[in-house]
Amino acid sequence: MKHYSAFAIAREALRNHTGWQRAWRDAQPKSRYDVVIVGAGGHGLATAYHLGKNHGITNVAVIEKGWLGGGNTGRNTTIIRSNYLQDPSAAIYEKSRALYETMSQDLNYNVMFSPRGVMMLAQTEHEVRGYKRTAHANGLQGVQTEFISPKRVKERCPIIELKGPRYPVLGALWQPRAGTARHDAVAWGYARACSNMGMDIIQQCEVTGIRSEGGRVTGVSTSKGEIDCGKLCMVVAGHSGRLAEMAGFRLPVESVALQALVSEPIKPCMDVVVMANTVHGYMSQSDKGEMVIGGGADGYNNYTQRGSFHHIEETVRALIETFPMISRLKMLRQWGGIVDMTGDRSPIISKTPLENCFINCGWGTGGFKAIPGSGWATAEMVANGTPGPLAEAFGLERFREGRFIDESVAAGVAH
Amino acid sequence: MLILTCPYCGTAADETELHPGGEAHVVRAGPEADEDTFEAYLFQRANPRGVHFERWRHSHGCGKWFHAARDTLTMQVHGTYPAQVTEPPQDILDAIEEARAR
Repeated sequence: MKHYSAFAIAREALRNHTGWQRAWRDAQPKSRYDVVIVGAGGHGLATAYHLGKNHGITNVAVIEKGWLGGGNTGRNTTIIRSNYLQDPSAAIYEKSRALYETMSQDLNYNVMFSPRGVMMLAQTEHEVRGYKRTAHANGLQGVQTEFISPKRVKERCPIIELKGPRYPVLGALWQPRAGTARHDAVAWGYARACSNMGMDIIQQCEVTGIRSEGGRVTGVSTSKGEIDCGKLCMVVAGHSGRLAEMAGFRLPVESVALQALVSEPIKPCMDVVVMANTVHGYMSQSDKGEMVIGGGADGYNNYTQRGSFHHIEETVRALIETFPMISRLKMLRQWGGIVDMTGDRSPIISKTPLENCFINCGWGTGGFKAIPGSGWATAEMVANGTPGPLAEAFGLERFREGRFIDESVAAGVAH
Repeated sequence: MLILTCPYCGTAADETELHPGGEAHVVRAGPEADEDTFEAYLFQRANPRGVHFERWRHSHGCGKWFHAARDTLTMQVHGTYPAQVTEPPQDILDAIEEARAR
């Protein structure tokens, strides 16, 4: 495929843009692959990309029930940060954030990574203590964060009201190198790079069964026929439980709807991401000028991709106290994604009871930021047959052994 | 807005009046249970894309725990029933069958 460059733009401008090629090949399945990855979202595509790039495995198919990046990859609020509390989390999320920095160059695809900084507001005394602790932990982990005063919060983001009667701003955890990226571009950039390496991306191909012999996976049955595989990797987020059932095991995962909404576009008014975890709301401004707002998750299992309206009301009610200027904005769209929540709010990157079958799921409300690091770690596990240093703490066995990676307190609700 | 009828006080309650309590009919593992059983009891949960039996508490009402049969894909509620049972009652199962047949 042709290389994207400033020269290519100039060349195409001179010939009426007739020379552009499709970004990636929409393939039909072959009868056998070395590795079949189920799920063409960010994590699945990143896994495929790193299998090819880091481990030289390119006889790979990524199969997808819907369309490329049509699940949570296209539904999140695009926040990228790594200010977690626990060491295994900090390692994988920081790896991920670092990979985002060079992703546009690596993929030759502009993912519009914008390291504009993320501020997590402390609005209770409890949060002040919690975030100070996180800042100290991050210092030991090599993740650059700092606890900043209300005055500096106001300097960074002048539209914040510090003295809200219900939710005063007492400080914030500031990660200057965190930010946002264009989520669709991440999926398309990976798809293009994978397609370039000869991998097949097969859309509208639903897995209907998983075949195995003697406790070892041999292939998948799909709506486009039987596909044999040497290794299988499930990367389907909210629908992991259904695939696990086909493979004959259960997961410590429950699926719930998480919502987001965007306003009408307005002139630039904030150039950082602000998260307010006490009120389950977070906000940033997109390049188009829309205010992108993330809300809370439903408390009950749900596959509707809508979510409950009262969560939107709660989020907006609280955010207009912290950001009084948004009170007159019209909201344009609201949507939900099905997120897969684990008991300790940390992901699962693991071998499964079925040999040569691997799983990557449980990213819950915070998967987008982890895409490249997760793909890196999952590819390492699939290629070597056993998890590497980034993934080993995230195995399924941690629940049985009581080795939780407890981020439910550290990260709050909003990821 | 999800509306469930509390089987104790009869109120048709909005979800804001209720508190979700997760999967119903989970059997508590005893002290003699092996690790597999205990792991399943503590962590593994039914996560169906379809009918789910779940616990709810009428927290801003009569305060009672009850059970509901709800479809997680369509949000259709097949009925609610008291919590003092170890499995869904027959009339709820019949209602689910009837909805499937339709």
